[in-house]
Amino acid sequence: MIKFDNVSVSFPDKKGQIVDAVKNVSFEIGKGEIFGIVGASGAGKSTLLRTVNQLQRTTGGRTIVDGSDIGRLSGPELASLRHSIGMIFQQFNLVSTKTVAQNVAFAMEIAGRSREKIKQRVPELLELVGLTERAEVYPNTLSGGQKQRVGIARAVANNPKILLCDEATSALDPETTNDVLQLLKEINRKFGITIVLITHELDVVKKICQRVAVMDKGEVVEIGEVFDVFTKPQHEFTKALLSHTFDLDLPERLTSDPSKPLVKIIYNGDKAEDSIVSNVVKHYAVDVNILHGKIEYISDKPFGILIVQLIGAQEELDKSLDYLRKNTYRTEVINERN
Amino acid sequence: MNETNYSELLDNLLPAFGETLEMCGLAILLAILLGVPLGVLSYITSEHSICKNRVVNLVVSFILNVVMSTPFVILLVLLLPFTRLVVGTSIGPEAASVPLGIVAIAFYARLVEGNLHAVDKGVIEASVAMGATWFRIVTNVLLPGAFSGMIRGLTVLAVTLVGYSAMAGIVGGGGVGDLAIRFGYYRYQTDVMIITVLLLIGLVQVIQTLGEKASVKAQK
Repeated sequence: MIKFDNVSVSFPDKKGQIVDAVKNVSFEIGKGEIFGIVGASGAGKSTLLRTVNQLQRTTGGRTIVDGSDIGRLSGPELASLRHSIGMIFQQFNLVSTKTVAQNVAFAMEIAGRSREKIKQRVPELLELVGLTERAEVYPNTLSGGQKQRVGIARAVANNPKILLCDEATSALDPETTNDVLQLLKEINRKFGITIVLITHELDVVKKICQRVAVMDKGEVVEIGEVFDVFTKPQHEFTKALLSHTFDLDLPERLTSDPSKPLVKIIYNGDKAEDSIVSNVVKHYAVDVNILHGKIEYISDKPFGILIVQLIGAQEELDKSLDYLRKNTYRTEVINERN
Repeated sequence: MNETNYSELLDNLLPAFGETLEMCGLAILLAILLGVPLGVLSYITSEHSICKNRVVNLVVSFILNVVMSTPFVILLVLLLPFTRLVVGTSIGPEAASVPLGIVAIAFYARLVEGNLHAVDKGVIEASVAMGATWFRIVTNVLLPGAFSGMIRGLTVLAVTLVGYSAMAGIVGGGGVGDLAIRFGYYRYQTDVMIITVLLLIGLVQVIQTLGEKASVKAQK
């Protein structure tokens, strides 16, 4: 559906120096996918996203949407491409002088839909996003979540093939974020719209994306299934990015005693239900102290982290560590003796 | 010191008031008809805007700056041939409204441009992303978004024009300001000067109050 072929974007910054915002990016996004692009601010993800509807022109390479090289389009062809690509924004960007219904209708007027068609479809769209009651009010009376729902109704009004989400939930509280993500998921399932979202919130990616690309300094440093990227990060930057989510902080008095190894056990889907820890206690002469732990659900698959302290004779400790290494996704000793 | 004949003053004052209103009214009308499009043109052709065009932008900006920076008295005289061409005469209130109108157009164009710059860039980007033409963005997003500010600008314009119109006496434009200068200042009739100035202050107050009300009402 979308193919980035060696895409580069550079432009002069305020001081007139050329900034390479996106550097030689190549990857494809499939039809009907929910694809995430993550990275720190300034990584170029927003610039890359904007090449898809040509809000940002590429300076090198090609962006191909639905088989056509969109870098060559202009005038009516570009307009008609944009009618088939919806976009929602962090700051919602609704027209404040139009009512909720008029905002949704505006997108359809732009696309040249007939008055009857608009009259028929606007209520349907408002029902889809649960704002039927608020059709006649102005955006400034709505909450953030409601504004984004209007944004979504407007973005999907012309039955687009693609929906671009530019930090769409970053201005919302966690609960509202969940509602909006559920709505996006529903739209993706119902209409088969390909969704590309950029965010700095890993939680968003974990919740709804199937695949993810990690960007750093204008380059895609890692790309793959969300579960794989999150559980087996390869690139240093990804590891650093994920450390905030998966590093469990412990007080120093616990980590400073090397005679009692602290073990970080990571287990995923298949092994999450085996009682590995209790087996260790049964088979070896060690005591297990559970200090910290949590289970994350990534793309609906469980992914758990447990930090335990092993107490016992050295020989038994080694054997139990061996057992853990064999039977878990990954086991590492955090406070290794030097 | 001349004795003031109040019935004569009243006879002068009423037509003068009418002349002021006529000159300023015509100038404001011109400002709305031509200043708004010029302001829009200047905005949409600017860097990072929806219809970027460096040449047009520079030309428009240059013309506006020339008009704005030339002292009004000089402009009044410089434009005499043009005035004669347009209204057929170079004296009277109609003649004065030509240079007044030209200043008003340039002044209001800049005010409109400033108000357009204050419209949320995100909303404009969203409209571009939906594939809207520049014309649709101007009529559906920019002008409605800047409307309240433009009304406020109109108030500022009207008040400024009342001040400028005092200089219209040079081409026989008349008006209250001219009366104040001719009778009050040249003839040392302090009481006439005070009365006419008070009248001007009153007029400005009325314009300001009405403008404020309209602007608040437009802010929906």
